[in-house]
Amino acid sequence: METVILMVTTGILIGYLLRKRPKIIRTAEKMTGYTIFVLLFLMGISVGLNDQVIRHFDAIGIQAASVAAGSVAGSVVVCWLLYLLLFRRKNTTVDLSQKPGEL
Amino acid sequence: MKNSLTIFAFFVAGLLLGIFRRLPGFLMDTDWSNVVLYALLFLIGIALGGDPNMKKMFRQIDYRILLVPVGVTVGTLAGSLAVSAVLPLTGRETMAVGAGFGWYSLSAVFITRLHSETLGIVALLSNVIREILTLLATPFLVKYFGKLAGVAAGGATAMDTTLPVITRYSGKEFALVSIFSGIALSLIVPFLVTFILEF
Repeated sequence: METVILMVTTGILIGYLLRKRPKIIRTAEKMTGYTIFVLLFLMGISVGLNDQVIRHFDAIGIQAASVAAGSVAGSVVVCWLLYLLLFRRKNTTVDLSQKPGEL
Repeated sequence: MKNSLTIFAFFVAGLLLGIFRRLPGFLMDTDWSNVVLYALLFLIGIALGGDPNMKKMFRQIDYRILLVPVGVTVGTLAGSLAVSAVLPLTGRETMAVGAGFGWYSLSAVFITRLHSETLGIVALLSNVIREILTLLATPFLVKYFGKLAGVAAGGATAMDTTLPVITRYSGKEFALVSIFSGIALSLIVPFLVTFILEF
């Protein structure tokens, strides 16, 4: 957890110092998209290499997947309501101003 | 949808290569995903720091941010309780598993010690699946269920492993909410799991 916070804050600091060089900032943003694919590939490898997870992936796997699906569905629905009630209006203005930098 | 599928394809490719051990040694001996994750978090930091809207983003932090982990907790417990109806597990057991919020290592250890090894393995798998599901489905979830959907699905992992996907598809302005919610949920995992199983 310390490493996570260290990486993000160091990045924020460097990004702030480079804020007058939008090309570099935009490249960093673009790179996150591709790096996510690499991350998922590597995570697939580490799950595949984990014998404990692979070995138990039959009967128990169905129970585990059901609880995971229920948890995700429940929290997504509750947070959807929160989003519609509290977050949407304020953030649309931010979204519009950010459109050029995205994607 | 297309993004979810691309992410899924990369994950499955890694999974199969891992299961069948068809990999060069340097990929098998070291878990590089942490290194890449840290690089990603660093890149997200740069994008955040260089964003001219950064000040506006910080000014937007208010009471609403506190409600997000509360919403995730309520939704997770309700959803876990609901699936106990169709599983050979009690509501208390499924809620304890769900209360790991994706933090599989800790919740599996806690549940093994407080309950049983079998439920511990269910917790391990279930929370691994929650993390993977978040990574794969966030582009899809955000499109149909609003920009908090990734943060909600990610649970405790929203502060690290799933943060890159969340900021990518919900936008940078959700990075702070995501980190806050992830930290808050991580902190309550041990208490909540113990509470559910002991009372």
